[in-house]
Amino acid sequence: MTTAAVLAILLPFAAAAAGLLGSRFPKGLRGGAADAAANRRAAWIAIVPTAVSTLLTIWLAYSIRAGQAAGGGDWLSRFTGSAGTARVATASVAVDTGSAPISVGLLVDGLAATIAVLVTVVALAVQVYSVGYLRDDRRYPSYSAFISLFTSAMLLVVYAADLLVLYVGWEVMGLCSYLLIGHWWEDRANSRAAIKAFLVTRIGDVGFLFGVFVLGTAAGGFRIADVLAKLPELPPGTILAAALLLLAGVAGKSAQVPLHTWLPDAMAGPTPISALIHAATMVAAGIFVVARLYPVFLASGPALDVLAVMAALGMLGAALAALAQDDLKRVLAYSTISQLAYMAGALAAGSRDAAVFHLITHGAFKALLFLCAGAVIHAVGSNLMSAMGGLRRGLPVTFAAMTIGFAALAGLPPASGFFSKDEVLAAVERSLSAGHLAAPVALLLYGCALATVAVTGAYATRAWLRTFFGERALSGLPGTAASEPAPSIAPESASEPAPSIAPESASEPAPSIAPESASEPAPSAAVHEAPPVMRWPIIILAVPALLLGLPGALHIHWGTAVLSVALALLGAGAVHAVWRADPRRDPARLLGPLRGLCERAFSVDELYRAVLVRPTLLLAYVVARADGRVVDGAVRGSGRTVTGLAGLVRRAQNGNAQLYVTGLLAGVLLLAVGAVMLR
Amino acid sequence: MHIVYPAVVSALLFSIGVYGVLARRNTILVLMSVELMLNAVNLNLVAFDVWLRDRLHAGQVLTLFVIVIAAAEVGLGLAIILALYRNRRTVDLDRLRLLAETPAPTGSTSVPGAVSPPSSGPGEGP
Amino acid sequence: MTDAPSYLSPTGQEIVFLLLGAVAVGAALLVVTTRQLVHAALWLVVTFGALAGCYLVLTAEFVAWVQVLIYVGAIVVLLLFGIMLTRAPIGRSADLDSGNRPAAALVALATAAVLVTVVVDGFRTAYAPLRAGGGSAGEIGSSVFRNWVLPFEALSVLLLAALIGAIVLSRTDIRGRG
Repeated sequence: MTTAAVLAILLPFAAAAAGLLGSRFPKGLRGGAADAAANRRAAWIAIVPTAVSTLLTIWLAYSIRAGQAAGGGDWLSRFTGSAGTARVATASVAVDTGSAPISVGLLVDGLAATIAVLVTVVALAVQVYSVGYLRDDRRYPSYSAFISLFTSAMLLVVYAADLLVLYVGWEVMGLCSYLLIGHWWEDRANSRAAIKAFLVTRIGDVGFLFGVFVLGTAAGGFRIADVLAKLPELPPGTILAAALLLLAGVAGKSAQVPLHTWLPDAMAGPTPISALIHAATMVAAGIFVVARLYPVFLASGPALDVLAVMAALGMLGAALAALAQDDLKRVLAYSTISQLAYMAGALAAGSRDAAVFHLITHGAFKALLFLCAGAVIHAVGSNLMSAMGGLRRGLPVTFAAMTIGFAALAGLPPASGFFSKDEVLAAVERSLSAGHLAAPVALLLYGCALATVAVTGAYATRAWLRTFFGERALSGLPGTAASEPAPSIAPESASEPAPSIAPESASEPAPSIAPESASEPAPSAAVHEAPPVMRWPIIILAVPALLLGLPGALHIHWGTAVLSVALALLGAGAVHAVWRADPRRDPARLLGPLRGLCERAFSVDELYRAVLVRPTLLLAYVVARADGRVVDGAVRGSGRTVTGLAGLVRRAQNGNAQLYVTGLLAGVLLLAVGAVMLR
Repeated sequence: MHIVYPAVVSALLFSIGVYGVLARRNTILVLMSVELMLNAVNLNLVAFDVWLRDRLHAGQVLTLFVIVIAAAEVGLGLAIILALYRNRRTVDLDRLRLLAETPAPTGSTSVPGAVSPPSSGPGEGP
Repeated sequence: MTDAPSYLSPTGQEIVFLLLGAVAVGAALLVVTTRQLVHAALWLVVTFGALAGCYLVLTAEFVAWVQVLIYVGAIVVLLLFGIMLTRAPIGRSADLDSGNRPAAALVALATAAVLVTVVVDGFRTAYAPLRAGGGSAGEIGSSVFRNWVLPFEALSVLLLAALIGAIVLSRTDIRGRG
């Protein structure tokens, strides 16, 4: 079991190293055929270890389950694996640092095993999908290697038995997200988005690191088990400080309210990366860490209140922002913030199992949504929903899968999101009467959660309708310039007219498309289904997105469920009514005067720019000026002074030997006089 | 005989020689000043030989040696001066400024201080 | 030496020596200040002659004759040849002194002050009664060939080397191997 966990982490890591170093080995050729060969080799290098790793994590999860099947607990904690105490800790190596020892080791318990399965399955789907999505990208080898590294880092976070080991994986993920978001760095906006993601998460990571230090030094060790065991002995102030500092890191990684601004901009990356970041790796890490260190948060009440307020603001604000976006991927990005806020709310409300349940189902349906969005963008060539419409005829598979995804997102039965959201809402409702939260905070959280259910239904319906129904607006769209580079075509080879997918999808029989597209050749005729290597991951992911919630089918909290479904249908119905009135216009006009504000995501970016970025830039300018004028000025001035003085002294060096001898004798005289006087 | 008298005379002669070496422009005059300094030393040697009643007459013998060396020195010095004169057409010390750093090297060995263009080599006469 | 006579009652030898010393110093001053090159050489002869007289007074008669022979007879003649061969102007020339003159005067005065001070301070009481015959040719000759033979022979080799060097330097038809 130890070996399996180590292998599951090391295999993607080795794949990353091999993909980076070995794709073009030994010839290192560039250009058409060599690039294609390198991409093929890199695809094998990336997919096979990830697949093996997936099998290993599934086996680990299965054996943990088998070990704790006898344990008690309700169905939910059994599902999320948090029941029982069956833990497998690998033999850890202690690094003696003089004060708090660092132990390098892995800890496989039910929670870790479950999340690891989610991570590897999504990563595998993304890897397979990327083979088609980035077929002709020159940098596919490095891209797939970074995904492998990303997977490995997330698995390290999940399996880590030590806070510092966890932090290593945490930081490597930050690096990978930077590298992958900036994959198309030729466009300056993309590299800026990558830098923004890196910096914003870094702000949180500083807090996280110090939180780890506070916990580790207070507990006298960094092993998670030791820290949690020592928890009752620690002073409450220390725990509160540690919890708040850790929350900063969680907010950064999981894109919670003060530090959420990087996530929508991270859409600059390729769409599979968005799926990976949003579903499995990056943002899940924050929630996972809170779940992992949950006793710390439970022991510090105010931290949970802070988390609850953050979650309440984040879920409603992000949902409203998602309702106003035109970019399909940005809609999904804001929905991720909103859904993560649900998980944070569940955690704040005191139900770790509900949060982890929602994390798993969200991972499944959000990965599905992003991969579908990638297929849609692939087909349309634009990110903007105003360029879409009526795609259900051209993309039936994608349409079906995305319908499942949106249903899960909106929390409609029987999709998985319904059950997990039901658990979350039930947990929040419970916290109203009995829980750790202060009463007003709990009330705020509950109100926001219910409102968000309606708004979620609204924006999911809006995106669904605008993408797949109505007529495709082909006329005059300057907005296509804002789309990401046409997928599967490397930016350099943009001169190639048509994507090379056409022959493949033509060779596919796809009987369900043929009659429809034959009967209606008009606007959607140009739209083709994605190649099978992209379609299969979508189909496979659609299954858990639909069915993953079914274990909860027997345990539905009926009152909450009816209420939430009614609210979601209310939001969806309102959008549908508005849309029916005029399918060509954006249903976001429902928001009325708030629409502009929501589209700018409540101007948080502008606020940050005014409050943080401008003063920082001003300060940097002042520092640069001071450096240029004062510091460099002093250096240059001393240089000039020395040169001037040297020029004076240099006059004596005029080549006249008599003058030299005069100086020599004068010196000898001075020495003689000195010798006589000091005798 | 008070030893102070020859000692003071020799000190004055030496100082005059120093002045001549430092102040005269013509190289031959500098050579003469060097001879003055050597003679001041000789006078000292003789005086101290008399005072100390050296059995080996080291002072006077050394004076003889110095005179011989002075002769050799003058011979060599004059040969050098003549070679210099052949190459530079001058024996003025303050016009020989090759020791100075040339402000802008022009590729030739001549310096602004040297008055004549360099002839092809030290071994060649005009 | 124990009972040195007073400076206020000089002996005849001392008076003669002082007179000759004054002549030597005065002629030396003229050597370094005269405006005429040839005159400088001639004043040098006077200086050397006066110094030879001083040697005589100090009972070093052999050294005195050698001084006259070599300095006056050989070296000054060599210098005159040098003046002639470098086509130095005969007669007054205004630029025999370089621009370094003030500094040179300063250094020379300082040298004189230091040396005279030190010498007077150090040898105020030193007194040597003069006895004839101490520096006769026989005495010096036996000393040279009895005690100083090796330096003497080395000196002869040095003279030879100087001779060859002077020839090489002054002849124009001897080239380096390159």
